[in-house]
Amino acid sequence: MRSIRAAAVGAVTMSLALAATACGGGSSSGGGSNDSPKELTYWASNQGASVEVDKKVLQPELDKFEKETGIKVKLEVVPWSDLLNRILTATTSGQGPDVLNIGNTWSASLQATGALLPWDAKNFEKIGGRDRFVDSALGSTGVEGQDPAAVPLYSMAYALYYNKQMFADAGITKPPATWDELVETGRKISRDGKWGLGAEGSNLSNNIHQVFVLAKQHGADFFTADGKPDFTSDGAVAAVKQYVDLMAQDKVVAPGNAEYAQNQSLSDFAKGKTAMVLWQTASATFKTMGMKDDEWGVAPAPVPSGAPGAGKATNSMVAGINMAVFKNSDNLDGATKFVKFMTSDAEQKLLNKAYGSIPPVKAAQSDPAFNTQATAVLRETLATSAAALPQVPDESQFETAVGTAVKELFADAANGREVTTESVKEKLAKAQQQMPSK
Amino acid sequence: MTTTTASAQPGERTVGKSSPGTARGPRRRPGRIRRIGLPYLLLLPALLLELLVHLVPMVIGIVMSFKELTQFYIRDWTTAPWAGLDNFTMSVDFDAPVGEALLHSFLVTCAFTILSVGLCWLIGTAAAICMQDAFRGRGLLRAIFLVPYALPVYAAVITWAFMFQHDNGLVNHVLHDQLGLTDKPSFWLIGDNSFVALLVVSVWKGWPFAFLIVMAGLQNIPRELYEAAALDGAGVWQQIRRITLPSLRPVNQVLVLVLFLWTFNDFNTPFVLFGKAAPEAADLISIHIYQSSFVTWNFGAGSAMSVLLLLFLLLVTGVYLFVTSRTARAPRNSRERKTADV
Repeated sequence: MRSIRAAAVGAVTMSLALAATACGGGSSSGGGSNDSPKELTYWASNQGASVEVDKKVLQPELDKFEKETGIKVKLEVVPWSDLLNRILTATTSGQGPDVLNIGNTWSASLQATGALLPWDAKNFEKIGGRDRFVDSALGSTGVEGQDPAAVPLYSMAYALYYNKQMFADAGITKPPATWDELVETGRKISRDGKWGLGAEGSNLSNNIHQVFVLAKQHGADFFTADGKPDFTSDGAVAAVKQYVDLMAQDKVVAPGNAEYAQNQSLSDFAKGKTAMVLWQTASATFKTMGMKDDEWGVAPAPVPSGAPGAGKATNSMVAGINMAVFKNSDNLDGATKFVKFMTSDAEQKLLNKAYGSIPPVKAAQSDPAFNTQATAVLRETLATSAAALPQVPDESQFETAVGTAVKELFADAANGREVTTESVKEKLAKAQQQMPSK
Repeated sequence: MTTTTASAQPGERTVGKSSPGTARGPRRRPGRIRRIGLPYLLLLPALLLELLVHLVPMVIGIVMSFKELTQFYIRDWTTAPWAGLDNFTMSVDFDAPVGEALLHSFLVTCAFTILSVGLCWLIGTAAAICMQDAFRGRGLLRAIFLVPYALPVYAAVITWAFMFQHDNGLVNHVLHDQLGLTDKPSFWLIGDNSFVALLVVSVWKGWPFAFLIVMAGLQNIPRELYEAAALDGAGVWQQIRRITLPSLRPVNQVLVLVLFLWTFNDFNTPFVLFGKAAPEAADLISIHIYQSSFVTWNFGAGSAMSVLLLLFLLLVTGVYLFVTSRTARAPRNSRERKTADV
């Protein structure tokens, strides 16, 4: 009996303690401090072929930073599929890393939560000033007119990758520069189980990137100037239809691509089943898939006519990764120092070389490594003909709503159902109605 | 009674210091309080944990459903403005897109649940009855039957996702290439067929549980009943209809309820199979609510939908338990008690 009673008392004490700790945790919503100046936590997005690859690339740099500043950086590489939810959880609980990577299209959405440190002139000064960065990259760091919520770290752009052998076999001598040429080229190749172009019909973000660029080419945007969703304008409908028609009408995309979402189109490309893909910085992936550098070529993504440029000749979104600081970090100075280190000219060259991306820092771009076959087109595109996705707080909802609409249209096309201007408009109208009303 | 009192007394001497909330007084009263209080005291940790793990989040969820909780407020959800009943009216306004989509997803889930539970029960029961009599290899077969139940859900469902692929999947290879049952390879992960794909995986995953429970229930049916029935000239079908199924009724009542709740709320299967944007034909309500909350960042609306779902499930469970308890009010024999433990 004695032991039972003692156990009861113990259990009660423990449960009370549990209750107390559970209630006590995670309500820090205030600003940051410098309470723990010797340590930082860093969530890196998964950039390389695997999480392990990223750790190998980043750890030596973090060690270098520790040697310079005496600040230890604890690294965690977060896979893409988990990153946004992890950031949301960290935002809600107030228990997050000090420094983190975010997809640059999320900048405005995450800025709206108020959890990220704003990069005002004073903060920018600490990392060498705003002018060090390329304008197009700065364009995707938050809502226009507000202090950016993040700093550009890696830049990427879309380009047209093509299989040289398959082009030669079909008697094609140069990569298509316009959509008409692309369809024509695709038709020549699409036979005997081979296809002209690859797509990722079930990948919502990829769908958005593609139709965003096409909408620009049709002179349309998915949001009005004051940030309201505008998915059903003629230009937007035409853009979505044009993209889905590559499968539905032009028949240069294999119907099976409608269910692709895990980069299967890249593996089809590497296996020689598909002759072209529109992708961002794919060279490293091709290598891991066993394709040699001289087996593929890269050209600017197609435009309606003429050459890529600004406005209607836009041929890529500004893709990339930004670096942000959690406002309630307990080592704000250290975090800023770390951002300065990662965006320094030397580190920018080193890291972007490792990932096959383009440095958003002007001074680093001059390195010859960014003037190779794999990178020259991307660099040129970023400099002259790429546009940032709408920087509105509802951006992530837009990706889901319109990305899903395009996915469903691809499903229709794959199943042999007709895709008409009306059916496209109907799906986009539904997507728009699902957007938050306030 | 006497033993309790006797054993309580020696305890009192040593525990006096930590004894909760009682001053030393007349011998009998603290003893009584302790006797009455001890069970509650022992329940307290469980109660507190239950409160923390279930009730608190539930209450928070209900409060959230009355708030306008978007990305602007997730950092501190308590500051989100009150939305009144807006989230609820939006969810049940079936003429507007949000409500219409929710209703669609609800109907899909109902159809899916009825079919899945029905098939799981049917296959599980049939298999259990077939396995009732001992034969060579029965143990091995039983073990094989339980494999889907024992596999980690993610690994199993992702394997199915591979098999359902249009170009390289095993399903199309067998149906189209080998058996020639379809004109051209079908799509299973997008479009209308996705409902069938979801159902197949759900039944594959769920029936071993039904098998396991029914098998346990069968153990409690006395063999003499069958022997007597056989002597009276009852065939196999008659034995199943008149002995097996009625005897299994209490087991089935629990089984069907549990399967129903699991299937209706199933999140893992559709999420692994289709990702965060399920095809319209297979847009189960759990995924739909997830998408409303975590993908479109409208946590208030998502909470409201969750509350509505909770109310619906409570209602169904309540009605079900009421009806089944009425029909089973006259307990047949002591078997009932045993099977209720299953």
